[in-house]
Amino acid sequence: MPRRPSTEAEYLASLVPASARAQQAMRAQQLDRRALLRGAGVAGAALALPSLLSACGGSSGGSASGGGAASGTVKLGSNQSDAVPKAAVASLVAAFQKANPGLTVVTNTIDHNTFQENINNYLQGSPDDVFTWFSGYRMRYFASKGLIGDISDVWGNLQGYSEAQKKASTGDDGKQYLVPTTYYPWAMHYRKSVWDKHGYTVPKTLDELVALSTKMQKDGLAPIAFGDKDGWPAMGTFDILNMRVNGYDYHVSLMAGKEDWTGAKVKKVFDQWKALLPFHQADSLGRTWQEAAQSLQKGQSGMYYLGTFVAQQFAKGAEQDDLLFFNFPEIDSAVGADAIDAPIDGYMMSKRPKNEAGSKKFLEFLGSGPAQDILVQADPSVIACSEKADTAKYTKLQKASLDFVKQAKSIAQFLDRDSRPDFASTVVTPALQSFIKNPADLDTILGQVESQKKAMFTS
Amino acid sequence: MTTSAAATSQAPAKGRKARLSGPDRLTVALMVGVPTLVVLLLVWGPAIATVLFSFFDWDGYSPFSESPFVGGKFYTEAVTIYPAFWPAIQHNLIWLAVLFLVATPLGMLTAVLIDHEAKFTKFYQTSFYLPVVLSMALVGFIWQLMFSRDQGFINGITGWSIDWYGDSRYNLWAALIATTWRHMGYIMLLYLAGLKGVDQSLREAAKVDGAGERQTFFKVVFPVMAPINIIVLVVTVIESLRAFDLVWVINKGRNGLELISTEVTRNIVGEAQRIGFGSALATIMLLISSVFIVIYLRIVMREDS
Repeated sequence: MPRRPSTEAEYLASLVPASARAQQAMRAQQLDRRALLRGAGVAGAALALPSLLSACGGSSGGSASGGGAASGTVKLGSNQSDAVPKAAVASLVAAFQKANPGLTVVTNTIDHNTFQENINNYLQGSPDDVFTWFSGYRMRYFASKGLIGDISDVWGNLQGYSEAQKKASTGDDGKQYLVPTTYYPWAMHYRKSVWDKHGYTVPKTLDELVALSTKMQKDGLAPIAFGDKDGWPAMGTFDILNMRVNGYDYHVSLMAGKEDWTGAKVKKVFDQWKALLPFHQADSLGRTWQEAAQSLQKGQSGMYYLGTFVAQQFAKGAEQDDLLFFNFPEIDSAVGADAIDAPIDGYMMSKRPKNEAGSKKFLEFLGSGPAQDILVQADPSVIACSEKADTAKYTKLQKASLDFVKQAKSIAQFLDRDSRPDFASTVVTPALQSFIKNPADLDTILGQVESQKKAMFTS
Repeated sequence: MTTSAAATSQAPAKGRKARLSGPDRLTVALMVGVPTLVVLLLVWGPAIATVLFSFFDWDGYSPFSESPFVGGKFYTEAVTIYPAFWPAIQHNLIWLAVLFLVATPLGMLTAVLIDHEAKFTKFYQTSFYLPVVLSMALVGFIWQLMFSRDQGFINGITGWSIDWYGDSRYNLWAALIATTWRHMGYIMLLYLAGLKGVDQSLREAAKVDGAGERQTFFKVVFPVMAPINIIVLVVTVIESLRAFDLVWVINKGRNGLELISTEVTRNIVGEAQRIGFGSALATIMLLISSVFIVIYLRIVMREDS
């Protein structure tokens, strides 16, 4: 299973008061291993679950070496478990070792979803020196718990990053914790050959989108491909409708738990969605995004709102060149259509790396243009974060992504990267699925979301 | 039993019957002590900790001693505002009912049929038992090939477009078919072993007395197999309460496939870390399981006495 798309992060900083933060950071250091054992013991023994990530990382020797010449071994924890990105990481490591003969990078590859689900135990156990993660609340949360290493000094040497990207890599305490490497926008994808055959044109407004969808239905196509078996793709649809109806700032404060889910604004988002649901592929709750993408690839669906990683289901070359996308149309002219989801992926350093100098050297390399060139050439569905990366070799899709991201005024990360992880995974995911299953239940569903939100965000 | 066996083989040393020698005592102490320790550490410790956690709002990072006591807040939340709770209870009960009323009887039936040494017995035996060797997760994947809406075998040959795993009207039943497929083989093997152990002379005697096939089974064989029946019953209850892997593989236990176990996992294991809330759900599950454990213990103890 490929990368899980998500979004950005400027929000919930206010949740943890600054005074509590510093204390927590210190405490977390002393307590982490005990907490891990206890936490895992409860889940494991109560349910007889298989043991989790026990295999990752070595024994925790523990002492931070700090400073000194960069040499020795750096351990890299990678969630890039698919063949293509895995090979990209391997060549990245090879390039780094060639440039730094004294350093060796040992890669520990962990299944993408497993890595994500066990991140708590991973960080509290003995994490690798450097590891893959996302920007957004998802990054700031662990930073505020004192589980990630401060890499502000690495940022001092990085070039080619925008202010917004730096902000997206910054924790609540104003320090940097992430080196962004790649990102990808969410947009409405389509196959040029299919659209040419039927003579479709790109819709600029919601009315045009509805008219186009109606036409597609007459032509025997499912207008909008959709698969929400995994629970997160619907978050993308919700995000974009919310940003088109209520704007970016509202998205931020809704994700921070500051808005009423039963209010008129959220209801309006769902009403728009309800109107569009008949144009979405039916029975979406049993379909993975890969299956939905294949229906687009086979020309059975007209368009598909997803991250550009949809291209992973298309053959490199001519088939990917046939894949185009357009911005989700405007719904309210007062709000416009210049906010998009474009989640950033990157690398972080653990709290107490065994080889700090080497880790920072490696992170600096990851933030350089040539390193990101290797990544984006291996996986043409993403684009490089650094402006120093070589865009001349970009594929058609990558060039389009870059232009698209540049024209956007506000970039969100994604629902599950912009909000509390417990709220996103245990409340929003099932709520969106219930809505898709039975849109008439909307009031009940939103009532449940609101009461759970209150219980969570106040705790 | 060990002592009497030792006593008979070493008749001269009479005192041994009453008092164990040093090494023997050490052996006994180890044999009793180690398992007790393991049980305390791995079963009772976590179980009690779970109950304890369910009353505190602990984030999993800061010291537990500083987490605020919230009383029954999480229990109230679970039964009032957590939408997945009641469906999960209901699905667990349906799961139990189907295994008990369909899967287990089917397994017993196949065992009885195979025991009659019909043609190709070995072949049937193997094919029924094969799924048991597979993990539940693998079973989920295999049935995905049957049930997939767009690419599945069932819709492929029938021309239907039923969304077996995705439509909440069907997916619980689809999952139960997959479970039954595996559970049947398990029960069959257990039961077959029991049937082979039934004294042939009992059947012959029944035959001589003029009992038919059916009568022989229900009046003679079935009662004789009481111990096996209890094991089968317990296995069935355990299997249905710990149902988890299959639905987790299908869709992480959402959208019609909620089970208590999946909700506990969702809240504790993932990125969510709602340890208190998840523990409250786990405690509720523990209480439900205890009901069955108590029933089972009562049956066993009554037989012993």
